[in-house]
Amino acid sequence: MKHVLGNKKAIAVLLLPALLIYLGVMVVPAIWSFVLSFMDGSPVVGFEFVGLKNFEHLFSDKEALNALLFTLKYAIIISVGQILLGYALALLYTFVLRKSSTFIRTMVFFPVVLPTVAIALLFGKLFSVSPQEGPINSIIGLFGAPAVDWFATGENAFIVIVIMDLWRSMGFFAILLYAGLIEIPEEILDSARIDGAGGLRLVWNIVVPVSLPVLMATIIFSLNSSLKVFDSILALNNGGPGSATTPLNLLMYKTAFTYGDFGYGSTLALVITVVCLAATLLVFRSSRRDLTKG
Amino acid sequence: MSATLTNAGTTRKAAPPAGARAKRLTTSAVIKIIIGVLLVVEIYPLFWLLSSSLKTKDEIVSSPLWSLPSSLQFSNYVEAFTTGSLGRNALNSLIVTVPSLFLIIVLGAAAGFALEVMLWKGRNAVLFLIVGGMMVPLQMVLLPLFTIYYQTGIANSYLPLIITYVGHGLPLTVFLMATYFRAIPREIFEASTLDGGGAFRAFFSVGLPMVRNGIFTVALLQFFSVWNDLLIALTFNIDSKLSTIQVGLLHFSDEYGAINYGPLFAAISMLVFSTLAIYLAINQQVMRGLTAGSVKG
Repeated sequence: MKHVLGNKKAIAVLLLPALLIYLGVMVVPAIWSFVLSFMDGSPVVGFEFVGLKNFEHLFSDKEALNALLFTLKYAIIISVGQILLGYALALLYTFVLRKSSTFIRTMVFFPVVLPTVAIALLFGKLFSVSPQEGPINSIIGLFGAPAVDWFATGENAFIVIVIMDLWRSMGFFAILLYAGLIEIPEEILDSARIDGAGGLRLVWNIVVPVSLPVLMATIIFSLNSSLKVFDSILALNNGGPGSATTPLNLLMYKTAFTYGDFGYGSTLALVITVVCLAATLLVFRSSRRDLTKG
Repeated sequence: MSATLTNAGTTRKAAPPAGARAKRLTTSAVIKIIIGVLLVVEIYPLFWLLSSSLKTKDEIVSSPLWSLPSSLQFSNYVEAFTTGSLGRNALNSLIVTVPSLFLIIVLGAAAGFALEVMLWKGRNAVLFLIVGGMMVPLQMVLLPLFTIYYQTGIANSYLPLIITYVGHGLPLTVFLMATYFRAIPREIFEASTLDGGGAFRAFFSVGLPMVRNGIFTVALLQFFSVWNDLLIALTFNIDSKLSTIQVGLLHFSDEYGAINYGPLFAAISMLVFSTLAIYLAINQQVMRGLTAGSVKG
């Protein structure tokens, strides 16, 4: 009976199609991309080995530095927002609404499944100032303040980007964290309440430590997805004005496809990969240190 | 939040003292306000989208934003369909999404079975290799893939999108499918082979039916990620006749959106509400799958 489930032919038939496509689409190209970062050119004009030129360019490239700084600023603010809002919502679902939370959960979750492009175009219109004033500027107008041209400066555009991305993702993070909170045994909470812990103290001393593993996994997930931001900013304002709100990912896309520089584009892709890995390791290590302390 | 938690803790105990009751009343008012604000924030943008899509051009420009359309104007929807190529784009999205989804599920489930139920040396290493793909950002593979598709001459077809979606969707799918297969007692598979059934029977007639809830969850996750994708669709799209709906909507906005708001609103609203309808139809399953998946993971 063991040999039936150890049948080599069957294993090959079941596994190989997936494995080959995966190797062909993810593994080989990833290695290839690494090699491309030492080259110049594009598929149209051909490639040429240039050694470390792209990396030398990278360290003196102000645009890349700005994109990196913007990406980090965006990722930190979005991750903090996603975790705080998500955790607050998860607490609301678990401890306040309890069994009746289904409707609210659905309402807060649905933007997650909507196409990012459609949401970005919608938010562009919500915050628009001309030719037609959007609702946000109308509300500002109600308080007597002048309308704001949200996409004229990097700072204002950044505010819109943050609001939009938190609006569409907080429901997802609420569900992830909620899944961790409903797993907390009722006895732990009850015994803490008997000991006189309530409200914020209960959350801080009991709920947060118990849900720490889920929280850490969520932070890693949140950082990894926000460091790769692309769709929403491209569709909202294309990284403008100028390149004030251009993240690394968008800069890499423009470098490769607008300027036809695949070599330097690959170098930027490598930077994105390294930043994501570094962020993951950082959170992972700090969470382990915390666990051993607690 | 502090008061609410105490409140949740005491609701089960009988007859709270008068002070506690007053506190509970303010607490419940605060909660109602929070929930009210939450609902407005979630629903208002979509409501505004829908009402704007039904307004005439003059109404959009001149009347206050919160005003409802004076009469329902479906002409924006007609115009969205006839001026651009959004109908064609939606069809393209379907042509790409259906085979991608089918391949991701079939290949992912088979690989998950081979890696979790079948017994062989090195299966853990291979599982690790595939799951490690979840850590590779898409940007890291885009440019070489573009080069391959360009040089093999398939760039001008639906194939680049389908192949990329499948390859990119497999790590998560294999990971989840292996997790679902792990939850099934081994004896069940061994019993099926005792009756003289082969490995394929164990996969098709025993394994697959037992993980069908899991398959449904994976299919949903992958559907939304393929259907809503922009990066892959934009990168490998050379011929505008092959554009997916997301790319098409972006171009539609660039070409017509600045001059004529109505049809753009109509186009966005069609995409948003059709996706929303799909989601609401299967909402329970999404929630169940997400919570179950993350607990196991």
